[in-house]
Amino acid sequence: MIPLSWYLVFSAALFSIGLFGVLSRKNAIAILMGVELMLNAVNINLVSFWRYRTPELIAGQVFAIIVFAVAAAEVAVGLALIISIYRRRNTIVADDIDMLKF
Amino acid sequence: MTAMPILFTLVAALTLGAALLVVTTRNLVHAALWLVLALFGVAVFFVLLSAGFLAVAQVVIYIGAIAVLMIFAIMLTRRIARDAGPQVNPNWGWALLITALFFGGLVWMVFQWPGALATQPELNPALDTVQELGKALVSPGAYLIPFEVASVLLLAALIGAIMIAWERK
Repeated sequence: MIPLSWYLVFSAALFSIGLFGVLSRKNAIAILMGVELMLNAVNINLVSFWRYRTPELIAGQVFAIIVFAVAAAEVAVGLALIISIYRRRNTIVADDIDMLKF
Repeated sequence: MTAMPILFTLVAALTLGAALLVVTTRNLVHAALWLVLALFGVAVFFVLLSAGFLAVAQVVIYIGAIAVLMIFAIMLTRRIARDAGPQVNPNWGWALLITALFFGGLVWMVFQWPGALATQPELNPALDTVQELGKALVSPGAYLIPFEVASVLLLAALIGAIMIAWERK
């Protein structure tokens, strides 16, 4: 059978890849994609801890569902912000969007 | 049960490969399609962890809604997606260093903990996890309030997204 550590190492790897995307990408949409990968890694962690440590409580799955809802809200508002910035500034490169007001 | 480790390794390799392509591909539309593959791999992991409802929710919410929303946003900002210059910022080497250190630290921490080698306990066959989850989300003694707060959050995000993306004449 698969030990818990396999899932933990996998989700650590997925989280690190997402973190690299967030830190290194120029395009704001690509940064959001990195955030999505990180949230997915967190979900795998939550569900594997639920399955291996406390399968009789349902809390791990409930946490994962709350993370789903927060991820959906985050991506909707984030993409709306990006589209709004693109209309005004004609760019979505994160380096160029460094003023709160202009 | 020798098939499980092989399946796990295959799906893990597929998911991590797709995730690497998401953060390195030049073309953003391709990156979004690789993101769909990575999210699908995560759904397979939910099945392996016997969380069937979450696997379905992953496919419906992430692949069905979030990935499609991303592709729409990329199409609306198309000129940048085809930008000829490098898609990474000049500090990507530092980002790689920080990420590698972070990953090394996490793996070290996992193997410091003796509980990490635990094997999967048997699920109680009398317990239907989907039914338990449904009951937990609507019973006031369990998670009714977080569930309602999440729905208010989604409503606020919906209104906020419309307000922000509204084109004022």
